[in-house]
Amino acid sequence: MSYVYESYDVCIIGAGHAGCEAALAAARLGLQTIMFTVSMDSIALMPCNPNIGGSSKGHLVREIDALGGEMGKNIDKTYIQSKMLNKSKGPAVYSLRAQADKQDYTTQMRKVVENTDNLTVKQGEITKILVEDGKVTGVQTFSDAIYPCKAVVLCTGVYLKARCVYGDVSNYTGPNGLSAANYLSDSLRELGIELYRFKTGTPARIDKRSIDFSKMTEQFGDEEVVPFSFTNTSEDVQREQVSCWLTYTNQETHEIIRSNLHRSPLYSGNIEGTGPRYCPSIEDKVVRFADKERHQVFIEPEGNYTNEMYIGGMSSSLPEDVQYKMYRSVPGLENAKIVRNAYAIEYDCINATQLKSTLEFKNIEGLYSGGQFNGSSGYEEAAAQGLVAGINAALKLLGREPLILDRSQAYIGVLIDDLVTKETHEPYRMMTSRAEYRLLLRQDNADMRLTEIGYKIGLIDQERYDKFLEKKRLIKEEIDRVEKTTVGGNAKVNAVLEANGSTPLNSGATLAELIRRPEITYELLEEIDVNRNPLPKDVIEQVNINLKYEGYIKRQIKQVEHFKKLENKRIPVNIDYNQVYSLRLEAKQKLEAIRPESVGQASRISGVSPADISVLLVYLESK
Amino acid sequence: MITDTIAAIATGMSNAGISIVRISGEDAFSIIDKIYRSKNGNKILSHQESHTIHYGYIYDDSKLVDEVLVVIMRAPNTYTREDVIEINCHGGVVVTKKVLETVVKYGARVAAPGEFTKRAFLNGRIDLSQAEAVIDVIHAKNQYALQTSLNQLRGNIQEKISLIRDSILHDVAFIEAALDDPEHIELDGFSDSLLEKVEQNLEKLNKLYESADNGRLMKEGINTVILGKPNAGKSSLLNVLLREDRAIVTDVEGTTRDTLEETIILDGIVLNIMDTAGIRKTQDVVEQIGVEKARSSAKQADLILYVVDSSRELDENDFTVMDFIKDRKTIILRNKIDLEEKTSKNDVVNHMKQYTSGEVFVVDISAKSKEGIEELENILKNMFYEGKIQFNDEVYITNVRHKTAILEGIESLRQVKESILNGMPEDFYSIDLMNAYSVLGQIIGETVEEDLVDKIFSEFCMGK
Repeated sequence: MSYVYESYDVCIIGAGHAGCEAALAAARLGLQTIMFTVSMDSIALMPCNPNIGGSSKGHLVREIDALGGEMGKNIDKTYIQSKMLNKSKGPAVYSLRAQADKQDYTTQMRKVVENTDNLTVKQGEITKILVEDGKVTGVQTFSDAIYPCKAVVLCTGVYLKARCVYGDVSNYTGPNGLSAANYLSDSLRELGIELYRFKTGTPARIDKRSIDFSKMTEQFGDEEVVPFSFTNTSEDVQREQVSCWLTYTNQETHEIIRSNLHRSPLYSGNIEGTGPRYCPSIEDKVVRFADKERHQVFIEPEGNYTNEMYIGGMSSSLPEDVQYKMYRSVPGLENAKIVRNAYAIEYDCINATQLKSTLEFKNIEGLYSGGQFNGSSGYEEAAAQGLVAGINAALKLLGREPLILDRSQAYIGVLIDDLVTKETHEPYRMMTSRAEYRLLLRQDNADMRLTEIGYKIGLIDQERYDKFLEKKRLIKEEIDRVEKTTVGGNAKVNAVLEANGSTPLNSGATLAELIRRPEITYELLEEIDVNRNPLPKDVIEQVNINLKYEGYIKRQIKQVEHFKKLENKRIPVNIDYNQVYSLRLEAKQKLEAIRPESVGQASRISGVSPADISVLLVYLESK
Repeated sequence: MITDTIAAIATGMSNAGISIVRISGEDAFSIIDKIYRSKNGNKILSHQESHTIHYGYIYDDSKLVDEVLVVIMRAPNTYTREDVIEINCHGGVVVTKKVLETVVKYGARVAAPGEFTKRAFLNGRIDLSQAEAVIDVIHAKNQYALQTSLNQLRGNIQEKISLIRDSILHDVAFIEAALDDPEHIELDGFSDSLLEKVEQNLEKLNKLYESADNGRLMKEGINTVILGKPNAGKSSLLNVLLREDRAIVTDVEGTTRDTLEETIILDGIVLNIMDTAGIRKTQDVVEQIGVEKARSSAKQADLILYVVDSSRELDENDFTVMDFIKDRKTIILRNKIDLEEKTSKNDVVNHMKQYTSGEVFVVDISAKSKEGIEELENILKNMFYEGKIQFNDEVYITNVRHKTAILEGIESLRQVKESILNGMPEDFYSIDLMNAYSVLGQIIGETVEEDLVDKIFSEFCMGK
């Protein structure tokens, strides 16, 4: 029999990367918050790869940090190797990526959530969402305890009806043998929520002592590490780093895979879920890219206090005996001892077009959803959505305006807009190519873009905000100064220019003009810039980027202005598309299904043409 | 909310020789100031009073484009409630198009179909009760433009643009794949091979751009079909009309014409002339197909030239043709008047009158001796200028729109080239490449959507 246990403002279901951010945000905004997890030992678990960040994901982490989230700080505490990727390829795609000590990552995050005021963490499986009159009223656990609450955030990750598979072996469990949540799906279906079934996979973990590293290439971290969190300086986070290792598959590996493909659950039909194209299993790669002679394999440590090594690039769901042969065919892994087998995992998730941009369900007030459950993949994507869902659940209860970031403000905005606007049929991964204004959405300026917003929400404290304002001031003043400072074409100036392979000056030029030259940087002009005051590195970085890429940046700002016009044109929530005269049937159906919030969002729905948008504009105007 | 400045040809271009290029938006005055010159060269239109008319010339830099009357109207008392300029052009179709292009070159954008009406509505000029009518205008114009845009592209232009886009998308996808997965995909040395490809594509686009002016990009003009029974002299007529000095010689590689279709320019009027199979009753399947084709081309034609053989009696094949053309704008050409007459002008008119109550034009010609050809040409010109031939004039605007898109594509690729030569990082290439991809898509009616992400995944092996 059910009974009422305790009341809360906000209830978070799941304590992974999304759940932790959601719970911390809600609690920090002063709401009584409870977070449920199937296991207290799996808080902020990293069940797949041991890294945080990477291309575009690193951007997400820095944005989370600028808004007052926890992920950046936690990886700064627990990284064991860090690199800035894409350093030669343009400032918009610089990407910070760190190897985490997985155990330590979990422990440190657990420490934070367990010590946050207003936040209760509880082990237990939620089986039901309680809704009355289209409004959330509480949740019910497996033990029939009812927790009345005003808002719920679903952060169930891959746990709903989770099933792990390799070969013909399958288990109804979540990752790492943790118990799956087998009841909540039905409760959600009863509420009219449409569910999908997705799959993803992970490679084997191998005992370090059984690996012959002499056959591999060692990969080091950066000498000077850039922190993820804007609250840390480079000096704060320097520490001794561990190495990763690179090796390759070969024809023998591919032959083993090819001759056993019929035993893969993907090909036998034993897996029905849709997998992601961007992180294919090794068997997928061998089939789809048959002409490639070898594939890279990255051997990455899972932590400082374990011998387990993650075999990046070789996720698989082939049977155990095939995995054994396959891994051992790779140079350096001839005698490999497998600690954990590779497996694929299937799980229930939602069609995220059922959500508003606030991540609240359109049809159920107070029910929010964030993370992998929304059809995304990746720790960072999950954390970003969890943060937004948690913030919005709290802001709603506080009677405040919701947080909606648009595509020109943040990767988080692109991520959420894509999820709620374009139906995704595979787990969604963030990519820099999805961000049309990426020159503006750089990882280096995430604080410039979002600190103000985080401060207004209440997740950035006064001290940090003041520091941010100071940084902003320094950048502006320094840019103004170098724009106005002229140097002549004298011997000293030309010596510096020539030493750096730059054309000497005949007449005067401003320092800014010199910095705009591809081969010159702000730092290189120190000698000839006599009135220069010492500035922090992050300020200098902004001066350099803003001046050097000014032309490109201005062009994107212009595009953004255009984009904002349609974005600011809101569509009333109660619009009846049947009343919109002369809208094409396909457009009508798509608009009805997704119910976009702005004309801009409507224009991004596939199947809605520019003419449909004109028709919609005229209709809106006539109302 | 709408601030950019749009322009289009506001009149049907087949009407009476005067056409109006209309400009609306906040830059209307600054644009006209750049291209208008009064007779004494001193008048600045933005300094003149609203709702006045000014005589003068349109110049593109130092090049005279047309002699015009310009009407200036300041917001809000205009059709769109924005600043509006109307340029009355006198020089005919080709020149009007040039005027529009000049306006676009100096900062306007070619209006989307129905956009003036839409603006008038959105700015409160048109009554709310007319919303449905406004939507109908937008719709009708859009569909028309869409059809025009694809149907009127010449030969394999669509394919050519597709190929350029594919090549661009492949390169962007490669760059993006490498940026997204730097540990699996290397970009070393890529900029050299990219530069080569960008230059090739630039060359192709430049050729396309040049060809737009000569009617090689789009089928501008009057679609004219020659009909008649076998041996009436259809092909000879085509050859006579196709004097060497007028024929569009497709020296541009790949602008292969549809079979048996020729384009001529008659004093600035473009005629697309299609020769057809001779029409006769037959059991032969192949011939039947030819006749069917002729019938369907006749249906879509703006103008029909029906060739009657005056040296033979009219027969059932002629009557079949007369039945085909009864509702169509037609000029009947009584050919072979250099031979002994078996069918008189009256015979033709009387028979034709049995099928139609409309006016019947008959011109006597001899394709062989070229007698009557000049008269035919004069009749054609007059019919055009008097607005007696209805044809798809949207195509002129579409062509300017396409030219602008090609130009923008060229600009984007030039920017890529410059970025490569300046040693900019790869990220910057892909932004401009993607822009080129997207603007070129407008020509062939394709949008971007998920193309890039799909391409990345299908062509490059990514990920853990």
